[in-house]
Amino acid sequence: MRYAETGKILEVDLSTGNIEKIEVDPKWTESYLGGLGTNAKILWDRVPPEVEPFSPENLLIFSAGLLVSTPAPAANRTIITSLSPQNSLFAYSIMGGYWAPELKFAGYDKIVVRGKSPDWVYLWINNDKVEIRDARHLQGRSTYETAEAIREELKEPRAQVVSIGLAGENRVFFASIETHRGSASRLGLGAIMGDKKLKAIAVRGTKDINIARPLEFINECNKVLEYINYRLNNPIPGVPPILAYIGSPQEMAIHDEEWHLDSFAWGNARYRRKGFWNKEVEKRWAETMESVRKRLISCYNCPVRCAGIIEVPGLPTYILKCFTKLTYVMAAEVDDLEFGFQILSRAQHYGVDGFTAPQVMAFAVELYENGILTDSDMEGFPKDKKERFFWLLERIVRRQGIGDVLADGVYWAARKIGKGAEAFDHNTIKKHEQVPIKLGMLNPIYYIMWSTGEKANITQIEGQIPQAPLPKEIREEFVKDWIQIPTGKEERFKQFILEWGEEGKVFPFWPPPDLVCELVEWQEIMHYIDDSLGLCAGVSSFPIKPPYHIHNLPLFVSYGAGLDVDENELWKIATRVRNLVRANNIRRGLRREDEKPPEDHWKKRFPEYEKKLMDEYYRYRGWNLEGIPTKETLEKLDLGYVYEDFVKRGILKEE
Amino acid sequence: MKRKVKILKIDLDKCMGCRACEVACAAFHSNPKYSNVNPARSRIHVFRNELKNVFVPVKASFYTSAECAGRPIYMINDRPQSSYGDGISVCGFCGASCPSRDIFKEPDSGLPLKCDMCEDDPPLDEPMCAKWCLVDAITYEEREEEIEEEKLEEMEMGVQALIDRFGWDKVLDAVYRMSKKE
Repeated sequence: MRYAETGKILEVDLSTGNIEKIEVDPKWTESYLGGLGTNAKILWDRVPPEVEPFSPENLLIFSAGLLVSTPAPAANRTIITSLSPQNSLFAYSIMGGYWAPELKFAGYDKIVVRGKSPDWVYLWINNDKVEIRDARHLQGRSTYETAEAIREELKEPRAQVVSIGLAGENRVFFASIETHRGSASRLGLGAIMGDKKLKAIAVRGTKDINIARPLEFINECNKVLEYINYRLNNPIPGVPPILAYIGSPQEMAIHDEEWHLDSFAWGNARYRRKGFWNKEVEKRWAETMESVRKRLISCYNCPVRCAGIIEVPGLPTYILKCFTKLTYVMAAEVDDLEFGFQILSRAQHYGVDGFTAPQVMAFAVELYENGILTDSDMEGFPKDKKERFFWLLERIVRRQGIGDVLADGVYWAARKIGKGAEAFDHNTIKKHEQVPIKLGMLNPIYYIMWSTGEKANITQIEGQIPQAPLPKEIREEFVKDWIQIPTGKEERFKQFILEWGEEGKVFPFWPPPDLVCELVEWQEIMHYIDDSLGLCAGVSSFPIKPPYHIHNLPLFVSYGAGLDVDENELWKIATRVRNLVRANNIRRGLRREDEKPPEDHWKKRFPEYEKKLMDEYYRYRGWNLEGIPTKETLEKLDLGYVYEDFVKRGILKEE
Repeated sequence: MKRKVKILKIDLDKCMGCRACEVACAAFHSNPKYSNVNPARSRIHVFRNELKNVFVPVKASFYTSAECAGRPIYMINDRPQSSYGDGISVCGFCGASCPSRDIFKEPDSGLPLKCDMCEDDPPLDEPMCAKWCLVDAITYEEREEEIEEEKLEEMEMGVQALIDRFGWDKVLDAVYRMSKKE
């Protein structure tokens, strides 16, 4: 019997209409867990570097993590993996909601989609019955409308649906895949789904998921629930309210936005508006928020309530969480939150990434202001800041006129437009738009994470530690119950918190490179574990003092999946997955020169020290100076087959 | 005479449809306990429509396939003397079109499911759905209710004595065997 997982993958070829159910080798679970881990393995085995993102040979993998559908709270993640249309690299985007559990209950851990359908279709999975159905009548319909229409025509209100909107249909490079309560937004996976002419996947499942050691498992679940309850009632003192709780930053519940509005950049990631946030703005914004937010809601089997149902008069309802509340407002340089909620209704229904889309639009506005884009490119471009954003959004999702250029994202649009537009592309890493942060002093920890993160998205690899030194008087208190630190690192990491901010213990030369490496590794590894298990980062790898940590996660895997691992073994598996994801990218051409934050990310840069940091980190990871995992590293992680491939392709020399 | 009444209270304003109650219920009632999860076997079900902001937990009950009692507080209770009367399968809130009517069925056998308030030995502090509902949409209450003492008929007293001595199972077994012989 299989525990926690179903052991089955659904293989769908949209070119031929062939559907197969494949039994998965249990050894895969031992080596890669599931979710991101096994996705990386499939992509490595089946998508060689010659395959382009928009090729029928490219795979689009929808995966539920290993613990999804067990009673483990917040184990509900869908991990979608393919190649990104933006940079042709390994792309994975993760969403919450109710879809992944339904897939497991239907009897599958993953759906692997290959090929291209000749015309629009959707997939309907009802336990063992799987059909490719005509979706021509759904073309042009929004993400949410599509899901509703499908439930209605199937007469199955309990079906869970993922879908794309106009942006995905038109292969916008930052199109998202949406399910009501979640979005897989980053890196343009909606465009891959659109390229395959797959409008949606509906799932209904009524099968069992088995637990290996039931009583022990439920006991751990109860402990996690207790800790969630404790953390919801005990915010971390000394950090901004938005970072003090667990979950996705609680921006649907908390009105204090000083931290984001003061530290993040407005416009095309250009300038900070320190002091913008004041009592008057807070009052006005709180009123706006309360008038449109109908209810706080959670994902499957989670009590944390990170999302809000948003109803703006005259516009379609949608569901929102986190920082996207502010991205359009700040990018458009407007002062009212209402605009944010209005344009988000359109954006979510069209299905675009809430981080990238506003930046692309701010970039276009800046080019226009600077005479690089002119009225001949932008006929009828409005004067009003808000109207401009609506105007741009409508054109981007339809790839109309200038929208067709902008739909490829800032990097490609800048190069297509030319005339100096490249200089305005100042906030992308690996051709992907980043969170708009422009700060003063180089932060060595974040320097490494921005540069080397395989996700190309900082918010998905950071966590665990405060983002600034804690006030002196609370440091002792903070480290007292900091149970989440990996074994053996307790003293070092506690000392880091206690000393950080003391004289001489400030960025950029402190903490020393070896400690930087360890802190980065800890943050990253926790995300790789979550992304393979299907746990929400919001109660695990992302916040400070999360309910899931390296000490209880091995128990969840052992008791849930019957895969007996301890802390070291789980760490090793996550390291293997991390290296396999990197191996996919190395094979696709990623090298050290790609691994750098935008030049103006910090005002104060230290090129020689940065080089030293990178050397040190690569070494620490067991990679060579180009960032390629060495033979020794790969073999230690049982990834000898990666080494062989590297040698065959001339990426590494045979040793 | 007083009797302990167990009640699950549902507050619709607090429910946000996460289905933790379904998970906890299905896990508790699996055999062996917690050995598997399948919300389709759960005795509580959340009707949810995110876009319409509708979240209604409904529980499988005794005399109706599902029972609820209208906004804003649902009293989904197990009392045999339900306010709708024995055997009446129409409830006040959703009327004849109650969508829950046919959902509480064991997916394999099709047999009806019903909530047993997570009876256990030793007893739980509260049913699992209430325990796992951290937002307090489902809360558990025990209260004493005054009931008239039932007078036992002569024959019932005899049967009761047998039950006290041999236990339910043996008595039922004996009656069953005897009825076959008849």
